[in-house]
Amino acid sequence: MSSRQSILASVLGLWARDFRVLRREWMPFMLRTIMNPVLSVFVFTYVLPRTGQNLPVAAGAGTMATVLVPGLIAIAMVFTSIAAVALPLSIELGATREIEDRVLAPIPLATVPLAKVAFGAFQGVLAGAVIFPIIIALPATEVHIRVASWPLLALMVALSSWTAASLGLFLGTVVRPQHIGLMFAVILTPLMFLGCVYYPWASLSAIPWLQVLVLVNPLVYMSEGLRIALTPDVPHLPMAAAAGMLFLLATILTMAGVRGFGKRVVG
Amino acid sequence: MIPAVELRDVRKVYQGSPPVTALAGISLDVPSGTIYGLLGPNGAGKTTAIGICTTKVRATGGTTRVAGLDVATDAVAVRRHVGVASQAITLDRSCSVSDNVYYHCRYFGMPAAESRHRTEELLDRFLIADRRDAMPSQLSGGLAQRVQLARAIAHRPSVLFLDEPTAGLDPQSRLALWDLVGTLRGEGLTVVLTTHYMEEADKLCQRLAIVDHGRILAEGTPEQLKQESGSTAVIDVALAGDRVAARAALDGVVGVRDVQDTERGLRILVAPEGGGVPRVVSRVAEHHLTDLKVVEPSLETAFIRLTGRDLRE
Repeated sequence: MSSRQSILASVLGLWARDFRVLRREWMPFMLRTIMNPVLSVFVFTYVLPRTGQNLPVAAGAGTMATVLVPGLIAIAMVFTSIAAVALPLSIELGATREIEDRVLAPIPLATVPLAKVAFGAFQGVLAGAVIFPIIIALPATEVHIRVASWPLLALMVALSSWTAASLGLFLGTVVRPQHIGLMFAVILTPLMFLGCVYYPWASLSAIPWLQVLVLVNPLVYMSEGLRIALTPDVPHLPMAAAAGMLFLLATILTMAGVRGFGKRVVG
Repeated sequence: MIPAVELRDVRKVYQGSPPVTALAGISLDVPSGTIYGLLGPNGAGKTTAIGICTTKVRATGGTTRVAGLDVATDAVAVRRHVGVASQAITLDRSCSVSDNVYYHCRYFGMPAAESRHRTEELLDRFLIADRRDAMPSQLSGGLAQRVQLARAIAHRPSVLFLDEPTAGLDPQSRLALWDLVGTLRGEGLTVVLTTHYMEEADKLCQRLAIVDHGRILAEGTPEQLKQESGSTAVIDVALAGDRVAARAALDGVVGVRDVQDTERGLRILVAPEGGGVPRVVSRVAEHHLTDLKVVEPSLETAFIRLTGRDLRE
């Protein structure tokens, strides 16, 4: 066996293990994937309008339900990557040292975190596919989806899920198990609320400082990138900006995650 | 024949404030097909040494070879040759007992069918087949350690590293594990284990290195180590009376090799032949002897003589 073939065989083993765990835990997977998007759709497209607190949607942005679709897919991807990559990794690298058996496999050290990112991205796509029909069908108001280009959609889905998974890897290597609760509060919450999920980035022109500030948030580019691919009639970032930033952030997060992983497992 | 494991002046300093020297330059050869023990108290550097051999820890200096391969430059190839079972249970808690072994085989590139076959074989052999679907958290310590051992050899390594394999196990599980390790060696596997149990080192190992403060203090077969300590018995006495007078009383007593002060009295190293122990005891008895402990010549006395301290201290 050449060394490339043997690395591939080991990676297939790593994925087979992750797939087995996912299959066993498909119920929790579905619950954590569906919960947030369903409630968001419920509150923003049913409760608020019914209680007379209809949010005025920015000009040209279409219905609230339409604005939400790309953002909620992005959120589902981030949540999945946190649950599928960051949380297990934080624990396996911590007290239990469970990762050891995989680290001692005959493959270059970076293979293990990279395989994690790839599988995390796969789960992100899966999560997006699960909630897509739900957030289309659920709102009482009209949802206007228009896929102009399938390759563009594939590109944005791939870049977004990679970004989410690499964020999961990075957080998994830096957050200690005892600080997981804190991570949800101080990292995930702002990421979510300031991620252009509930409003397009263009509408933030009303609050210029915020419009600039949110540009550090990877979720912004995920939401906007998916917006370009799924709801192009809603105002959105230029395609090159969204795709370029996603690629850049995913690369940086992946590299930082692989580095952090190496530091944690080799003494 | 090349040694299974070869360490040359291996050093490890953990950075920090202050930096901690875990290994201060150790050299040793583990002959192929033996059970080799690293015996020493906690913090002696044993686990670091094993970490370096198994590519988990990067040495600060020196060279380490496993199966003739340099761990620093050939880490991936070295990992094919080593099996590792650590003191802590590192079983994958998201996977069942059989999946732990099965996926280990897959990580080492075995095809699925062969991995299944190998898993069955090991579950049977290690008498864990009836717990195949149990999750690691449901296992007792002895059972979990057995699963770890099965997993460690699943890819047919040539050297098996066991870090304190029996720490915290009940006596029965300990004996069962010794049996297993003995059988594995019979099949040609080289085993390197760390322990702070004298009995384990004595019964199980063909060769031993006594390690303390990151150095090897003595190396050889258990028999050699016992003899090198000059077949010395150690007598610890607690005295209420005058220590100096007691020391004086031991002057010229046949067989006494050394007398050291201890917190509560004296430690006397004596050749036990020809009634050395009773002679010493009768001399110190006159100096308000309050307590007495005699350790027969053993690895333990060799250890005490070399390190100046008990393993339990």
